[in-house]
Amino acid sequence: MDKIISAEKLSFYYSDYSDDEAAENENSRVQVFDRLDLEIEKGSFTVILGHNGCGKSTLAKHMNAILLPCGGKMYSAGIDTSETDRLFDIRKHIGMVFQNPDNQIVASVVEEDVAFALENMGVPQDEMRERVDSALKAVGMYEYREHSPSQLSGGQKQRVAIAGIIAMMPDCIVLDEPTAMLDPSGRREVMKTIRRLNKEKGITIVLITHYMDEAAQADRVVVMDKGRIILDDIPQEVFSNVEMLRKVGLDVPQATQLMYMMNKDGFKDADVHIIDAEKCADYLYELLK
Amino acid sequence: MLKDITIGQYFPGNSVIHRLDARFKIAITAIYIIMVFSAKSFISLGAAFLFFVIAFLLSGISVKLIIKSMKPIIPVIIFTSVLNIFFIDGVTVFELFGIRISDEGLLTSGYMIIRLVSLICGSSLLTYTTSPIILTDAIEQMLKPLSKLRFPAHELAMMMTIALRFIPTLIEETDKIMSAQKARGAELDSGSFTDRAKALIPILIPLFVSSFRRAEELALAMECRCYNGGEGRTKLKTLVSGGKDYAALSLSLLFLALIMIIDLGRVVL
Repeated sequence: MDKIISAEKLSFYYSDYSDDEAAENENSRVQVFDRLDLEIEKGSFTVILGHNGCGKSTLAKHMNAILLPCGGKMYSAGIDTSETDRLFDIRKHIGMVFQNPDNQIVASVVEEDVAFALENMGVPQDEMRERVDSALKAVGMYEYREHSPSQLSGGQKQRVAIAGIIAMMPDCIVLDEPTAMLDPSGRREVMKTIRRLNKEKGITIVLITHYMDEAAQADRVVVMDKGRIILDDIPQEVFSNVEMLRKVGLDVPQATQLMYMMNKDGFKDADVHIIDAEKCADYLYELLK
Repeated sequence: MLKDITIGQYFPGNSVIHRLDARFKIAITAIYIIMVFSAKSFISLGAAFLFFVIAFLLSGISVKLIIKSMKPIIPVIIFTSVLNIFFIDGVTVFELFGIRISDEGLLTSGYMIIRLVSLICGSSLLTYTTSPIILTDAIEQMLKPLSKLRFPAHELAMMMTIALRFIPTLIEETDKIMSAQKARGAELDSGSFTDRAKALIPILIPLFVSSFRRAEELALAMECRCYNGGEGRTKLKTLVSGGKDYAALSLSLLFLALIMIIDLGRVVL
């Protein structure tokens, strides 16, 4: 399979700029990651999990060249992100959605906001209209195209932000905790939209989150801790490492949690690879019968 | 209380006035303002007001809204008219305890009231019938010729768009911060003027801090969507002008001419 994003021995550190001499000194650098390797396949749905400060947002910002590597290489859509003159090519291919929907909506009418990226790219008017409409339909916000974003709920605003990205027709969308500020129903709406974009449109999704139930819906889960990748597998396998996840300050889905506890209490056939409530319920039903 | 602010409020509709090209609407409003200030008699002021009434009737906007738009300037109107009444010399009409009211004073303050009222009516009709985003577009296009002289027309329009977009967000945020500070015992509505002004500091500081954070995130999000300044940009909607726009513009010019003739006639007579 083709790789849409690949990090090769990626290193990144922040320097303390308050002191020029210190910036030269290696000890004052805050190393975020050191020689990190990661490849994301085209069309996949990857979740990056990690505790606060593990470097997951920093990694996301490397994917569309907001941040540039201090060492190693980052290839996004086949382009080396350090080629600064191809910045807009990268950003057309790799869209990015942030946590707070309020801070990424530019215009005061929904459809104008979705058109923003297309206006910047100089897309002709007829084509723009078409792409705006289809992007709004893809996130289920077409009926709201003439509303003001301030009239919408958090989940709806985040879907508008996503529509603004898919109007660019990117190959990949990187979402940095898009559900962190939403209520449960808003989270469900956004997750449904993301999954549908992945399945129906074949857009590669990289989702950064700290919700385990969202991670359970992915094809692949990458767990990061202190700038390193500690687990990288399908969700079932990742979540079966209950103790390891606990150690880095992460939870597991509730179903896995239950299976894990039963397993420890002597139910040897309780399988910690169960991550969804349905399978968990089936197991309990069989057991109680 | 902050929800009452009606700056740039727009009431969607489908009247002739709503459908006029925004660029023409701005030009016509400018002509109307010239009419109001060049009119030197009650008859010509009446003619200018008649022009507003025609536009108002065509727009389908309710009288209530126009009156509501007047609310914030009532103190200004009262203040200027009182000043004019008492401090302009002329033939005394009325005198009590050494306070004189002259005919000139009454006349000037009468003009002033009518002018201010018509000014506010006319400009609020513009914002009531034009969506802010179209208004900004129109301003951008009208200023575009100036960008050859390095005038930042696109940047200005972009700033206005973002400002309009963030008004409701910041109002909501201010309300939240005010409640949070009240919950911790801040007294915002009592005490002397200086006390109340001081009480605003713990509201403004968090508001500024969060605005800077928002600005940074917004800039990032805009860059992610390939924002690269005004060059080579296309538009989702372009402004189109037609016969009705030229007709409306001619009508306004006609009224302006009429007003000038009326005043000129009076001077000659």
